[in-house]
Amino acid sequence: MKAAAFEYARASSIEEACALLRERGDGARLIAGGQSLAPMMAMRLARPTWLVDINDVPDLQYIRVEGERLRAGACTRQRALERDARAIRLVPLLSQALQWVGHIQTRNRGTAGGSLAHADPSAELPLVACVLDAEVSVRSTRGRRALRAGDLFTGPMTTTLAADELIEEIAWPIWREDHVGSAFTEVSIRHGDFALVAAAAQVALDGEARCLRASFGVGGADATPVAFPELAQTLAGARLEDSIISTIAERAAAALDPGEDLHASAHYRRHLAKVLAERSLLEARDRAIARRAGQIRQ
Amino acid sequence: MTPRGHRISVEVNGHLHEGEVPARLTLVDWLRDELHLSGTHVGCEHGICGACSVLFDGEAVRSCLMFAVQADGHRVTTVEGLSGEDGRPGELQDAFCETHALQCGYCTPGMLIAAHALLRENPHPTEAEIREAIGGNLCRCTGYQQIVEAIEHAAAKLVERGAR
Amino acid sequence: MASAAAPGEFRYIGKRRRTKEGPRFVQGRGRYVADVALPGMKHVALVMSPHPSARIIAIRTEAARALPGVRYVLTGEEFCAATDSLQIGVDAPQVRRYALAHEVVRYAGEWVVAIVADSRALAEDAAELVEVEYEPLPFVVDPERALAADAPLVHAAHGSNVLYHRRFVWGPVDEAFAGAAHHIAFRAVWGRSSTVPIETFGVVARWDPGTELLDVWASIQMPKFPDQVARALRLPGNAVRVHYDVDVGGSYGGKRGLKHTALAGYLAMKLGAPMRLIEDRLENMRGGDAHGPDRIFDMGAAFDSDGTIRALRIRAVDDAGAYTGRAPLQLGKPITAICGPYRIAAIEYEPVSVMTHKTPQEAVRGFGQSPTNFALERMMDRVAAYLGMDRIALRRHNLIRKDEFPYRIPSGSAYDSGDYHTVLDKALAAIDYPALVAERDTARRAGRLAGIGISTCLEPSGGNAAFEILFNPKNETTTWMDSCLVRIDLAGAVTGVIGTSSSGQGHETLVSTVIGEVLERDPASIRVARADSLSALPSNSPVGSRMAIMLGGAAAGAARKIREALIAIAAHNLDCSVEKIDYRDGDVSVIGDPSRKMTWDQLVEIAHRKYHRLPPGLEPGLQAKFVWEVPTGGGLPTPDGRVQMYPCYAFEAHVVYVEIDPDTARPELRRYVCGHDCGVMINPDIVHGMTYGGIAHGIGAALYEKFAYTPDGQLASGTFMDYLIPSALEVPALTIVDHCTPSPLTTFGQKGSGEAGYLGAPAAIANAVNDALAPLGTTLDTLPMTPHELWRKISAARATARS
Repeated sequence: MKAAAFEYARASSIEEACALLRERGDGARLIAGGQSLAPMMAMRLARPTWLVDINDVPDLQYIRVEGERLRAGACTRQRALERDARAIRLVPLLSQALQWVGHIQTRNRGTAGGSLAHADPSAELPLVACVLDAEVSVRSTRGRRALRAGDLFTGPMTTTLAADELIEEIAWPIWREDHVGSAFTEVSIRHGDFALVAAAAQVALDGEARCLRASFGVGGADATPVAFPELAQTLAGARLEDSIISTIAERAAAALDPGEDLHASAHYRRHLAKVLAERSLLEARDRAIARRAGQIRQ
Repeated sequence: MTPRGHRISVEVNGHLHEGEVPARLTLVDWLRDELHLSGTHVGCEHGICGACSVLFDGEAVRSCLMFAVQADGHRVTTVEGLSGEDGRPGELQDAFCETHALQCGYCTPGMLIAAHALLRENPHPTEAEIREAIGGNLCRCTGYQQIVEAIEHAAAKLVERGAR
Repeated sequence: MASAAAPGEFRYIGKRRRTKEGPRFVQGRGRYVADVALPGMKHVALVMSPHPSARIIAIRTEAARALPGVRYVLTGEEFCAATDSLQIGVDAPQVRRYALAHEVVRYAGEWVVAIVADSRALAEDAAELVEVEYEPLPFVVDPERALAADAPLVHAAHGSNVLYHRRFVWGPVDEAFAGAAHHIAFRAVWGRSSTVPIETFGVVARWDPGTELLDVWASIQMPKFPDQVARALRLPGNAVRVHYDVDVGGSYGGKRGLKHTALAGYLAMKLGAPMRLIEDRLENMRGGDAHGPDRIFDMGAAFDSDGTIRALRIRAVDDAGAYTGRAPLQLGKPITAICGPYRIAAIEYEPVSVMTHKTPQEAVRGFGQSPTNFALERMMDRVAAYLGMDRIALRRHNLIRKDEFPYRIPSGSAYDSGDYHTVLDKALAAIDYPALVAERDTARRAGRLAGIGISTCLEPSGGNAAFEILFNPKNETTTWMDSCLVRIDLAGAVTGVIGTSSSGQGHETLVSTVIGEVLERDPASIRVARADSLSALPSNSPVGSRMAIMLGGAAAGAARKIREALIAIAAHNLDCSVEKIDYRDGDVSVIGDPSRKMTWDQLVEIAHRKYHRLPPGLEPGLQAKFVWEVPTGGGLPTPDGRVQMYPCYAFEAHVVYVEIDPDTARPELRRYVCGHDCGVMINPDIVHGMTYGGIAHGIGAALYEKFAYTPDGQLASGTFMDYLIPSALEVPALTIVDHCTPSPLTTFGQKGSGEAGYLGAPAAIANAVNDALAPLGTTLDTLPMTPHELWRKISAARATARS
């Protein structure tokens, strides 16, 4: 299991990385944490001719709050994001999700942007990006563009990124309502394995425990992670009774087109989608209520 | 295409090592084959088993998922670097001997790296935290029980030593 | 040798002592095969078959040969002409087996071409350039389908896919079934999993044309390995020298690597360069030929209303994969404990070993006993459920009582000793069984699926390989000796020499402890060295839970000879009879006259330098060997297939608590206790460690691990992303409760323990899961019990309940 031969270039800036990607053409690939790419290369399922290393680009490793968003450079380590106090306070869904990503050693190296670019439909960070409607900034020598996370993913391991583009930043919206709760849950066979199905939810309640807004989504049960903004929209103004949540989760699951593999049938995945969407919404609601009651101070 | 070699300079276990490597050479293969640090083991070469764990700039990572060229200018610690100045096993290694936390020894260096990283950050880990810390390191011999006990034992000893 | 003593009477045996192996491993100073680097060493990579069954039309190797750094490209045509078929266990001469396929391929992953290059990466580059043209042929991956008359044949010349099939009847089975009040019949399926060590198999071979000697370093755990390598390569036995001082990174039965070694050896001889073949994980999983039992049990039991099991009918169809190695014999070993720890008077056993177009099977921890125990223990729970009887009461009723030993079972083996009821009681007490039942019932009332599983199982140990002759009368193997050499050097230091490699069992600790016990010298001061196969005494390697018994017995025997020699020297020099010598810590004095004494150093000095002071007839120097035959071994089977196999029987009682998420069907083990009796433990930490590991391995087999095949004959779980080994987050905290019933057959009362835990864990977990499913009225008797399989059962049961 040795990678096929390739050429290597280490970029020291975003501009240099973009230039290298353009110059080296279609066979060039970025390597960030490499936690997905390196195994694929070892199995020769991926065979880039050039590897452009962005691990030492300082401008890609930061976490900051700017405007109404938490922003992280694409090469920010997952472990750093998981443990960042501002991220935990302002976008708790991130650290909730990150605890399910691989293991500590892989999160020490794996990056936020790498996970999005890899676009595994069962991966946790793409799901969170879709559920929170994160904005993804993309750079190339042609300039900068921003897109919504939902527009990034087109299928398993495929995105709308052009060969010469790199993800520069991910910006997750901060929900500023007083009573916000979020939850991430998944079923994997072992801890740390890819999810069979995962679900994420975030809700904001008013002082009367009525839903101001909600968002949720499911990963691993379709070709991409799927958020359900229209369904979530119907929750606005409602008290989030268990039965309402159950119905919404059922409708969401029905809208999915799950695949089938060694570990789970499509049928089972759809079932899990319903169960987990419901659980994540219930848990998010309960956390928002607890927050409202002042039981949780984050 | 004949890939060119890359000059690298890496601090390994406190000593600077220079070399020329093809881009595709993994960090673990470089450590083992070029530096003859054979304590870091190859188990799966696709990032699951954790046998190849090393500290990279102080953080536990899988050295089969990195290319040696990426380590240029960085700092690596292998199991050989966990022993004390006198070359004798440190407290954690001693604890592995005390509780018989190993059998075939193949996963042991990776386990030690994971445990070392844990105890550095968290001197009083709970059993659940210990299991999380070594959750990415597969062992086929021990059922993990005596490894968990070793880490608890080492934590107690380290705290005791620190208190003195 | 039968001098059982309670552990308290020993000085070193049974005491918590650090192992001798620990320090080198914690410093990263183990020496594994991948650490063997020889000047000029070349690297081998393999081209594997993409088809489960195909004819090889053409192999084009020009492009691969042309790649710079490539030294050789070897095909099956050359290799099969130049070497002999690997030896196999059963009588099936037309099932020929080589390291490389020739003319046809018989499973996806089979090695077709070997590339030799200056580096492993270059060899892999070249492997991609080899073009093999195949004509796909019909294939079969379902073992029952493979038994059909019209099934595609894996080996046409063999004439069928059946490697072995016999119906044994021991005792009045038909009469018991006719006379018993009740019968049940059910099917239990053990999924294809294996030992899957973290280190793959590897070998380094070097041929010296000057001495005509092939040196082999390998991560090996295999009886008669050097001999078989020599035969395959058409070399005299003394032209192969296997170095046993290689640390093996886990094996648990599976590291046999004969084909790898034949291939590397051939290439080393052909090219005149040291050759390194270390499987990568893909080669290991697909083509390493180390899958495990893959077995369908059709179980029948006849029993009375009071729970007395009167007779069993067991049919076991085992999928050997595409070639026969040890696979059929893994149906044979369980004959030594075919009724488990129970008094069952009549048994019918029909083992069927069948070939399919899958990766071949190799030995796995327990050698077929764990699947058998799983089927037996599911039977016990099903009988209890049928009768509405408590599972523990049913077991207690049928367990052999401690005053019944030695207890001869219908298939011919006598169990040496045991106290099964007490061990079960200890396990139940340790987990606080009544409280656990309350916990389960509370969980159930809260809507969770919760279950308690119990298994009471045997670990036969110290094997004599009598299954070989039982399954192949042409193979008259009736001894499986082991041996040790003990020497005291001129400086008085003690060394034990053994002729086997270790894969974590702690043989250096074992041998030094035993020698220290006999010679009354500190084991920490005793070195244990590993001879190579040309200088070693005979060993049958650490298989069959045998080293505590066999190597321990051999080391004790050799140490006793040394002790006797020292006493003889003392008596001669102190002018008294040997009976008058008091030996203490290696020093001696005359009983009743302690002023007449000699020290260890003086005795050693005489033995090495002062022939004039040696008693007549005593060899100078202090060196003794001891070769030990398996206790009770040496017998031949009766015509109806009864034979004494394993001498010693360890017992384990598992109690496990599981909860299954009723909505996601994900199981989680919450509590785990194992009561264990393997007689006298030589090193308790080592015994406990192997038992913990065996339980974890059993958790894998029960819940996670499977070499799954797609309908088109491809291995679907050929990486660690799909073959799921349990981590520290899946294995719960484990508690072991010891009990000691010494074996009357062994040197110190010890029994084997290398397979402990694994032999009862899958059974207990399956019973726990089924206890959790019981309120839904459904059962699951197929391993592994994955979330998906559990969900299918749960959802079907709920659908039935609704309709």
